[in-house]
Amino acid sequence: MEHSEDQAMPENQNNNKPQYPNPRFASEGCSVLLDVNDGDRLVFARLSGGAIFKIGNKNYSLKPLIGAPFGSLFQVETGEEGSFLSRILPIKKESSSVNVVEDGRDNRELIDDNESQNLTGEEIEAMRREGAKGEEIIEALIANSKTFDKKFQLSQEKYLLKKQKKYAPKVLLRRPFARSICEAYFKKYPARIGFIRVDALSLLLTMANVTAYSDVLVVDMVGGLITGAVAERLGGTGYVCNTYKGNSPSCVDMVRMFNFTDKVKERIVHSSISELSSAKTAPPEENNQQGGVCKSEININESSASDMVEDVSVTAEARVVDDVVTESKTIKAPQPGAKASKEAVEMWKENGFSSLIMAAQDQDPWTLAKDVLPLLSYSAPFAIYHQYLQPLATCMHNLQQGKMAINVQITEPWLREYQVLPSRSHPHMQMSSFGGYVLSGIRISTT
Amino acid sequence: MLPTESKKALSFKRYIEEGDLVIVYERNDVMKPVKVIKDGVLQNRFGVYKHSDWIGKPLGTKVFSNKGKFVYLLAPTPELWTLVLSHRTQILYIADISFVLMYLEVVPGCIVLESGTGSGSLSTSLARAVAPTGHVYSFDFQEQRAVCAREDFEKTGISSLVTVEVRDIQGQGFPEKLSGLADSVFLDLPQPWLAVPSAAKMLKEDGVLCSFSPCIEQVQRTCEVLRSYFIQIRTFEVLLRTYEVNELKVDTGSMIGENQDADNEESRPSKRKHRSNEDDTISHDNSYNATSVVMAPPCSEARGHTGYLTFAKLQCLYLSLKGWIYNSTSYHVLDTL
Repeated sequence: MEHSEDQAMPENQNNNKPQYPNPRFASEGCSVLLDVNDGDRLVFARLSGGAIFKIGNKNYSLKPLIGAPFGSLFQVETGEEGSFLSRILPIKKESSSVNVVEDGRDNRELIDDNESQNLTGEEIEAMRREGAKGEEIIEALIANSKTFDKKFQLSQEKYLLKKQKKYAPKVLLRRPFARSICEAYFKKYPARIGFIRVDALSLLLTMANVTAYSDVLVVDMVGGLITGAVAERLGGTGYVCNTYKGNSPSCVDMVRMFNFTDKVKERIVHSSISELSSAKTAPPEENNQQGGVCKSEININESSASDMVEDVSVTAEARVVDDVVTESKTIKAPQPGAKASKEAVEMWKENGFSSLIMAAQDQDPWTLAKDVLPLLSYSAPFAIYHQYLQPLATCMHNLQQGKMAINVQITEPWLREYQVLPSRSHPHMQMSSFGGYVLSGIRISTT
Repeated sequence: MLPTESKKALSFKRYIEEGDLVIVYERNDVMKPVKVIKDGVLQNRFGVYKHSDWIGKPLGTKVFSNKGKFVYLLAPTPELWTLVLSHRTQILYIADISFVLMYLEVVPGCIVLESGTGSGSLSTSLARAVAPTGHVYSFDFQEQRAVCAREDFEKTGISSLVTVEVRDIQGQGFPEKLSGLADSVFLDLPQPWLAVPSAAKMLKEDGVLCSFSPCIEQVQRTCEVLRSYFIQIRTFEVLLRTYEVNELKVDTGSMIGENQDADNEESRPSKRKHRSNEDDTISHDNSYNATSVVMAPPCSEARGHTGYLTFAKLQCLYLSLKGWIYNSTSYHVLDTL
């Protein structure tokens, strides 16, 4: 009954020894996700002593974040040398069971005439200059509100939350993961990732059976999101090979946000479709191993440093202003994705890839699939993402007609978030109504 | 099912051997797991298939019955397994499974706790995600289910990655020895709120918890307890809509200005289906003014609800590892530690 329990335990404890750098702590030079006010704003930044982060109209140094564990919460404070971020430890709240008192108050006495607040903007600003904490400002606001006491208990809570976000913003230090990177991009720059919502991304990875030791072929034309997400699941084993039409590999710059170790990065490679599908004798140009460095890479290199820090900030006024020039010189992660070695290419020609994920914007999936699918082993699953249904339908039809695949289907994920509060649970009033389509199937032998 | 070393990856595993688990694929909705035995036979409505014919064939190929009918033999994956496993309980399906894996941030090397084991549908996908160095500890309060799950994991070849124990997690909590070791915890229990304090204890700093419940009342009570230990508490519902793909003939003849008589005469003989060729799916038949079009309507029936997924991150209470000195005077809560 207790089989393998005993032998498995000590082994796992060994695995749990903190590695260096500990991925659960934010170290200098690593990429972090800053989450302001519980997801209202998401900003990626690379930690350095000089990095500056703007909240409202004030700049804050990111230095206090270096060395902090991921998941730490920070709030803004004003000290003698100006405003700074300071770590707060959440105080254990006692579980507040259903405490919605029967409350007869409603909004009949609330008149929206902008007269209910006695405190003026100048007075609030003065308090801030004197170093008042966010909570103190909020207290003052409540004391000077004519209507706060008349509000229903639930709208009082809402009011407090709104004021807390404005006057006492909280910054959560998050570890960049495929999930958070996808969410952040989807919120701010969905077009850059081809409108792949996080549930669609998760479907792609699952349907393509991505696991350790697999050789995953990807056609990533969504900035490296797919490549990074696959590499994350390979954990430094197998390969993720990004293939492309023409001469220059697609840009996979987003991979740099994942904080991958060298072991994982080594497993990210690229190779053109023609190299992968050509007959076994290598054409002469293939000798030139370093020559195929991605063309777009060069442009990206120039812009990537600034891209990295100002990317994906959720509100328009928000951006991380950093000393871009010095940063790009001091801490610069090497460009992800080397050219696949000749041995690897030969191995794939011999054995085929173990699965395929395609996410190619502005490309016809069938045109790509008919060239790329034959590179897979028989029985290998594939998942093709597209923002539009029709090209996938055509692709599915052709796959079926050509008897190239079985278990083919087109799915569209649907994701709804809920507010869960005592007596106030309901779906969110706003939701994303579209996250993309996925065509999945299993490649078979046509003979 | 899962490669434990590079040479066992699907791309290297090209030929079926005795002892392999294969998925026999008849149709989209008719599949069966079969262990290949030298003298074994498979019987279905299309006849008898001899296992000995399969050995040495590559996966993903057709094999024929004595009546000349064929099925495909496929390599097992957690997705196919979810479709063919024997249901001892209500199981999680691909949409929820994928989303849970993504949100729990399960990657190779992670330690994941799960309760209950149920039919092992999620466990199989968790094992795939933590392989090769991580581990899944799965708990079920029913002895019989645990035994069956272990047999299944043995069959699918993932038993080195999953440990199944009989334990009432709601009543006893997770075992002490796993305290602080888990990267993520998954709860699929009738009263998940009872297990939350123990789950919090098992998790590493910043670890993620997921609770799956079909009813909103369960979610409500769970969230109340979660708020004492966790942050970033979010509840989701994830569903899939599937599409059919049909090739239809659509009359594209103009309503006016056409010579109807001439049209009709010519159209009759060409009513037979025009198979579109590979690169041009829309085949025009000028005489009939009909165009063959590929269309994708949504399937008319779908799963309407599976369960609510509530995720939460453990609050980060520790200051830091050694070496991190907090450079400000504002640590007001310091003394509580």
